[in-house]
Amino acid sequence: MSKRLGLEASFAASEAARMADVDVIAAYPITPQTHVPERLAEMVADGELNAAYIPVESEHSAMSVCLGAAAAGARTFTATAGPGLEYMHNVLYVAPSMRLPVIMVVVNRALSAPLSIWGDHSDVMAVRDTGWIQVFCQNNQEAFDMTLWAFRVGEDPKVLFPVMVHFDGFHLSHVTEPVILPEQEEVDSFLPPFHYPFALDPDKPMTHGAFGPPDIYSEAKIAQEIAFRKSRDVILKGFTEFADIFGRHYHPVEPYRAEGAKTLLLTMGSFGETARIAIDAKRDRGEPVGLVNLRLWRPFPFQELRRELKNCETLIIFDRCISFGGPGGAVCSEIRSALYGESKRPKVVSFIGGLGGRDMSVEDFEYVIDRGKKIAEEGSEELFATVGIRGEVTGIRG
Amino acid sequence: MADRRLKTGSDFTWRDMEVGNVITDAGNAELRRTGDWRSQRPITDREKCNKCGLCWLYCPDAAIKPLDDGYYRSDLFYCKGCGICARACPKSAITMVEEEEK
Repeated sequence: MSKRLGLEASFAASEAARMADVDVIAAYPITPQTHVPERLAEMVADGELNAAYIPVESEHSAMSVCLGAAAAGARTFTATAGPGLEYMHNVLYVAPSMRLPVIMVVVNRALSAPLSIWGDHSDVMAVRDTGWIQVFCQNNQEAFDMTLWAFRVGEDPKVLFPVMVHFDGFHLSHVTEPVILPEQEEVDSFLPPFHYPFALDPDKPMTHGAFGPPDIYSEAKIAQEIAFRKSRDVILKGFTEFADIFGRHYHPVEPYRAEGAKTLLLTMGSFGETARIAIDAKRDRGEPVGLVNLRLWRPFPFQELRRELKNCETLIIFDRCISFGGPGGAVCSEIRSALYGESKRPKVVSFIGGLGGRDMSVEDFEYVIDRGKKIAEEGSEELFATVGIRGEVTGIRG
Repeated sequence: MADRRLKTGSDFTWRDMEVGNVITDAGNAELRRTGDWRSQRPITDREKCNKCGLCWLYCPDAAIKPLDDGYYRSDLFYCKGCGICARACPKSAITMVEEEEK
């Protein structure tokens, strides 16, 4: 029998790592991720989890240890947040290019300055192009589910790419919600043991991480890019297998009450659950509005987004990060670009809010939808609109 | 060694890259011409050399090979010209000569 427990997202993700029976954990504590390594260290110390827990002096070292562990064939896990993610930045690129499937929970946190320990997606957008598979969670159950799924997908011999599981700092990491934990046998039937085909072996010497002079670097990068895009097949298969065993269905792009909607709001991460209530209220009043949750951030789900978005009239995209001097929110600019070639496409409105832990209420999302529709009708000189900022915001022009 | 060659060149495409750029053929660094990085080349004066082998021992890239007659010679295909052999030689038998000086 599966168990239903009250768990923070941090603890839910830790339970997933425990049930995946990870071999090596190397992590450095940073708010709001702290409860993940804390709980895992406790599990190892108490004998609940037979793993090597390697304390390190920085996130740069945490990721470096993870690379070595994965190259030796170990199931490898780590977690970080915000500035910690940036501190391991250059090592992040190494994992996908060496095809080392490290699994990492990222508890999303804003970046300094001013110093903020609270959540937004600035940390995510800074590591957008590192080549990791990246998924977002809306609640604590998904923090468990996506972490388990990440091992299944990343370690698949057809994939061998690292996976980041994102969930919002404090809004999920420190909030207790009911989470269903499956039986170990169910987890074992979903997740086979990890067999790394190029595991370091003194009896079979080979070179990992050789240098790439100009006559080979380009070929290496194209090979990586094409393999990364191919991981999509296993990503989808992983979602299907997950649903078959655990009964919860996930998709790269998830519409909610979007049938016949003239206006769609798109969110990524935990704010989607608040936005749903705003959509419910508006639907109940007869307004043709719907919601779309973007679960899979990389590889970017072009086909699914075009299918779900191209038939609405107005598309409002909510970002929790500013791309300074750029075209608006990062999620928005990518989706707008993905729709550009469609003969029929919606007007796209970029909204930015929820920065550095600023909460978004149901009323705020109702405002975003109403204001977004008005901007789509009347046009605006501003490249993006804002919500929840004190004082009139002008001067965001191209 | 004749059948060993580096996987580069015009016939080697991105499709030929091993997963993760792993090199499964161990010990092939000597096949890469790094001698063209060199700005100075080591020249041994056999009159001074006493065949002690310290140059061979100190070379950080194993570019110095022992010869049948007991002397040592630098593999100029691979030697990068760092000059450590010249510095290590107790008899000052090795001189670093600018590449452009013939």
